Amino acid sequence: MTYALEIEGLTKTYGDGFEALKGIDLRVEQGDFFALLGPNGAGKSTTLGIVSSLVNKSAGKVKVFGHDIDTDLAAAKLGLGVVPQEFNFNQFEKVFDIVTTQAGYYGLPLRRARRSTEKYLKELGLWDKRDTPARMLSGGMKRRLMIARALVHEPGLLILDEPTAGVDIELRRSMWAFLEEMNRQGTTIILTTHYLEEAEALCRNIAIIDHGSILQNTSKRDLLKQLHRETFIMDLKAPLEGAPELAGFEARLADDGALEVEVEKGRSLNEVFDALKAQGLEVMSMRTKSNRLEELFLTMVQDNAREQQESTQ
Amino acid sequence: MSPSAILVAFNTILVREIRRFTRIWAQTLLPPAVTMTLYFIIFGNLIGSRIGEMGGFDYMAYIVPGLIMMAVITNSYSNVVSSFFSMKFQRSIEELLVSPVPNWVILTGYVAGGMARGLSIGVIVTMLSLAFTQLEIHHVAVTMLTVVLTSALFALGGFINAMLATKFDDISIVPTFVLTPLTYLGGVFYSIQLLPEFWQAVSMVNPILYMVNAFRYGILGVSDVNVVFALSMILVFIAILFTVALQMLKRGKGIRH
Repeated sequence: MTYALEIEGLTKTYGDGFEALKGIDLRVEQGDFFALLGPNGAGKSTTLGIVSSLVNKSAGKVKVFGHDIDTDLAAAKLGLGVVPQEFNFNQFEKVFDIVTTQAGYYGLPLRRARRSTEKYLKELGLWDKRDTPARMLSGGMKRRLMIARALVHEPGLLILDEPTAGVDIELRRSMWAFLEEMNRQGTTIILTTHYLEEAEALCRNIAIIDHGSILQNTSKRDLLKQLHRETFIMDLKAPLEGAPELAGFEARLADDGALEVEVEKGRSLNEVFDALKAQGLEVMSMRTKSNRLEELFLTMVQDNAREQQESTQ
Repeated sequence: MSPSAILVAFNTILVREIRRFTRIWAQTLLPPAVTMTLYFIIFGNLIGSRIGEMGGFDYMAYIVPGLIMMAVITNSYSNVVSSFFSMKFQRSIEELLVSPVPNWVILTGYVAGGMARGLSIGVIVTMLSLAFTQLEIHHVAVTMLTVVLTSALFALGGFINAMLATKFDDISIVPTFVLTPLTYLGGVFYSIQLLPEFWQAVSMVNPILYMVNAFRYGILGVSDVNVVFALSMILVFIAILFTVALQMLKRGKGIRH
């Protein structure tokens, strides 16, 4: 089977001796919507930088649609579109020129380049801004410009490094819808994100990376099965002075007077309500405290940090 | 990439470079035109009329080829160094690095862009000089070959400077402290025959002297140096700088981590 992205034993040691990647393996199937998660400095951007030729690897193999970047780099690059974390276009150039120029770098003749530029600028709501210098765009527009630029040669694999950083909620949702549509049409998508709700909402498979090693690489469904407990916030009809004693559950008062209840995996919410009823408490509304993936992510990263600390002692 | 795709990529880089220096024409095309007009008025007309002849020509006619070359050299160099370093600084160089454009196409594209500006300025300065003196080209092929090769050589120099530069200061050091002195001492304003023997020998190690004189030979038919040797030397330097620049790109010096 040819994977959209195949990484084997990838290592990266920077000039100052810092080991950013410690031999990671990763496979992303064609058509997948894949998230690479990890705290700052975990190795996400280094990994994507190596795949997109912006960082030189120290050792290991990287293949894009079966094309090895050591022996068949041009073919590997043709299959790849990259949306980096930082704005990396010429701020003085016009939106249309930036995207058309990128198409030219991929060898698209001018007429085809212009057609493709028009298509993606329209799809990303930037057509009205086509003659505007890039520096005049808002942050969200700049992000969309980078997506249009990455797609102009119609790659099979789109890599997005923090695509919605600094983007307001409404725009983020519209970008999600756009990416989901691209994925439905067959584009494989890999993203890194700090918004774990984004990964939970969009991705089918997830890898968690920390300190240059992959901690988990599995489907979102299997990952979420590992979650042992969830926190629910209950808004009560009558305010409480202190946290009530709920039989079999851990409960505490939140700053706004709401009640936070920890529910272990396998226990039903009916049991919680029974315990609340026994205390004479009436619940008006209920929500989860944070998204499930975020909790799992934090648990894994904290466990890994503890292990790292122990191994250095 | 197929040959046609490579040609498209090369054209894209070249057109982008031309678009850049024409968009900021007040910073790129206008200043050398103004500066060279002042040289023509002050050195050519005002001072030149008192100097009389040099190398068998009136002083104005003698300095025109040197001034054209000076403009071509500095502009070919500064176009590439400032454009490529700006791309590094803004990280828009990544647009090229993620694309399948081969390194040699990136290099030749930028060099061609630098040559486009250098030669455009050469044409502008030549047109301006016609307001002050008559130019009769003695040897068209030598004139064209010299100016094109010199422009390519200094565009390559600008590229290497941009690859090595880590801050904006680094892109003005070479033009200010190396190129300008070598150009002024490269026989633009005088024949080295006027110098004492020792300084003539010192001048002979200045590569710009050979370029200025080869170009002067093309236009006026007089030179302080052997023209075939001068052209061969430029070709050898082009080959050396091209190889060095390509190696730097391959290793990603200053542009890849």
